[in-house]
Amino acid sequence: MKPKHQRLLLAGLAIAAVLAAVLLAMWGLRDRAAYFFTPVEIAIGKAEQGRAIRVGGMVEKGSIRQESDGVTIRFLVTDGEARIPVRYTGITPDLFREGSGVVAEGRMQGDTFVADEILAKHDERYMPPQLGNQAAEHAVEKTLAK
Amino acid sequence: MIAELGLAALWLAAALALLQLLLALGIGKEAGLKAARPIAVAQGALTLVAFIALIILFLRTDLSVELVAANSHSAKPWLYKFAGAWGNHEGSMLLWVAVLSLAGAALALLERRVGEKMLVATLGAQAALGLGFYAFLLFASNPFSRLDPAPAEGRGLNPLLQDPGLAFHPPTLYVGYVGLSVAFSLAVGAMLTRNVDAALARAMRPWVLASWVFLTLGITAGSYWAYYELGWGGWWFWDPVENASLMPWLAATALLHSVNVLAARGGLKSWTMMLAVVAFSMSMVGTFLVRSGILTSVHAFAVDPQRGTFILVLLAIYVGAALALFAARAATIREGAPFDPVSREGALVVNNLLFSVILGVVFVGTLYPIIAEALSGEKLSVGPPYFNAVAGPLALLLAALLFIGPVLRWRRDKRPLAKWVLPSALTAAAVLAVTFAFVPGMSILARLGLALGIALLPASIMPLFGRSLNRTPLAVWGMVVAHLGVGVALIGMASESAFTREKLAVASPGDKLHVGPWLVELAGVAPVAGPNWTAIEGHLRASRGSGAETLRPQARVFTSPYTETSEAAILTNWNGQLYAVIGKQRADGWQLRLWWKPFVTLIWLGGGLIGLGGLIALVGRLWRERRWGREAL
Repeated sequence: MKPKHQRLLLAGLAIAAVLAAVLLAMWGLRDRAAYFFTPVEIAIGKAEQGRAIRVGGMVEKGSIRQESDGVTIRFLVTDGEARIPVRYTGITPDLFREGSGVVAEGRMQGDTFVADEILAKHDERYMPPQLGNQAAEHAVEKTLAK
Repeated sequence: MIAELGLAALWLAAALALLQLLLALGIGKEAGLKAARPIAVAQGALTLVAFIALIILFLRTDLSVELVAANSHSAKPWLYKFAGAWGNHEGSMLLWVAVLSLAGAALALLERRVGEKMLVATLGAQAALGLGFYAFLLFASNPFSRLDPAPAEGRGLNPLLQDPGLAFHPPTLYVGYVGLSVAFSLAVGAMLTRNVDAALARAMRPWVLASWVFLTLGITAGSYWAYYELGWGGWWFWDPVENASLMPWLAATALLHSVNVLAARGGLKSWTMMLAVVAFSMSMVGTFLVRSGILTSVHAFAVDPQRGTFILVLLAIYVGAALALFAARAATIREGAPFDPVSREGALVVNNLLFSVILGVVFVGTLYPIIAEALSGEKLSVGPPYFNAVAGPLALLLAALLFIGPVLRWRRDKRPLAKWVLPSALTAAAVLAVTFAFVPGMSILARLGLALGIALLPASIMPLFGRSLNRTPLAVWGMVVAHLGVGVALIGMASESAFTREKLAVASPGDKLHVGPWLVELAGVAPVAGPNWTAIEGHLRASRGSGAETLRPQARVFTSPYTETSEAAILTNWNGQLYAVIGKQRADGWQLRLWWKPFVTLIWLGGGLIGLGGLIALVGRLWRERRWGREAL
């Protein structure tokens, strides 16, 4: 092969790689990006059953209930307009408390949101803006430390 | 006084950077050749002065400085006062700039391989990079601004950051990030002066290697830090901040391999120049992601638009200019000797393509949420399901490439290759068969990871066969060690994902829990106190057959600022780690979360080996060139 042809081939391969990356990413994102919903959006049925999503809102005051196994809790997430019941099994993060913001990752099962993970601990950067972004600075510090 | 000294040093350094850029643009040509080196060195020294000034202010807890008052506290242990200097936005940007100009100074002092004209152009490019970030510091994030009147006490440092890991993790990553700026500047200098050749590659190689070693070690250490400090038991979360450090690493890894082709064979010239530009661009993208606040959300970006926009504009200017230069010069770069597809060059091209595709999918996945929110206002997050599905198989392909790539010869390899590939391929197939026979329900990625990881142990030492070990260059040893590290890390990752056992329960003193092979007894819970925190501490006795070990996980409460954190207790054995977290008190006891993670330590051991391999190769290259240099004289 002549150097010139090789060069064209390499350039072609590079372009193919970029295209492959974009196509692969689009395929991957199609059903693997977790969309963020507020309780009112779920209440009007925007969230599909069983699909990985995030729910954000405030933990309603007086709504946290402990189940008998000691590690499962139920609580309500509210945005002032609607409320969604959430079930979570695990140790709740340190900043998780009634009346403060929370983002839960999981899926809808019936009317209940079953959370795999609760992001509250220094995860202010996941907060929807209307719930207060007081801790943007905090997030920067945290992000630096990672 | 010290704050003003630091600020003055910063302004002076910026002025010198401007001068250096003007010299490179050809103003005062003769003088430029003579003055470029001393100016670069002086500039580096000045930023070092500014950075030391900031450290002194933090050590003294000088509360009349805004940054100190906002981020420090007189009651903090000295190590965290020291590390607190870069545990905040302004301080970390100063560290960034200091590393940038010190890298320029080191280049000016040490580089003798490339021509003077090209060096002046390179230093000019480095100064142009510096100028943008000096402006960012001086106009948008001055670390030395004063507070009048000074507050009586500082606001403290986020307790999560009060960890010895913090003292060394960010600087390590920054040296890696910014070290790539030299590769960028050398590429720009070489394209400007039309000197893209093997000498350039040999000048670039130690910088790429060193940056890559720092990035590798920084990422490995960061992963372990997140593992033990966050108390979630995970070691990689595909968090945008983690991706911000992974993307430069991916680009640098590709560059590291392609620069060898250029140095040894004079091939892949434009390819290597492109990668050098991309690698440092990824460093800047990472800085932008972390520093702009855009990760909080597009809305948080709007809270402080000045900083984010500033970095974004710098990014656009530098990357745009470098790409324009590349486009203008690419056609004039003459390629080296052609090669067969089955050759060392061919394997390295495949390596580069795979790394580029991984970089592409990580890049898209990291930025997609930001772009989607900016365009449609839709909020979404892209997490492990995406990254594991798209990047995982590609990473495994890369691992499989290691069976053959390192043993191939340059240019063309007509030997029968089966004898090199068969042992490792058979090992992989055997391990795969064993997992299918004995471990049902393992994910396919974990199966392949385990099989390829184990097979890589013999495969990675193949390049040593048929060599006299005494005469094998250190660079080859480094490659072998790094590839061995890839195998070790893969085994750790696969084992962690497939064999981890978890137990979550409420226990009162005297209760016993089973997790994996362990029997863990909660012996008691007691309050304890530290210098700036109080905690409840669980006392766990873990046994496996005979003997018992003690674990003491804590739930800590810090006072300034008020924060709760959990301190995991980790028991390390030769074959894995027992990981314990204590949670909240319930009516009938305490929440306990236990994990048994077989061979999880191999992940970081592998990362360490990869970094060590890079270090060995770096020492080998430098030592060899020194010897050649002396002979040439």
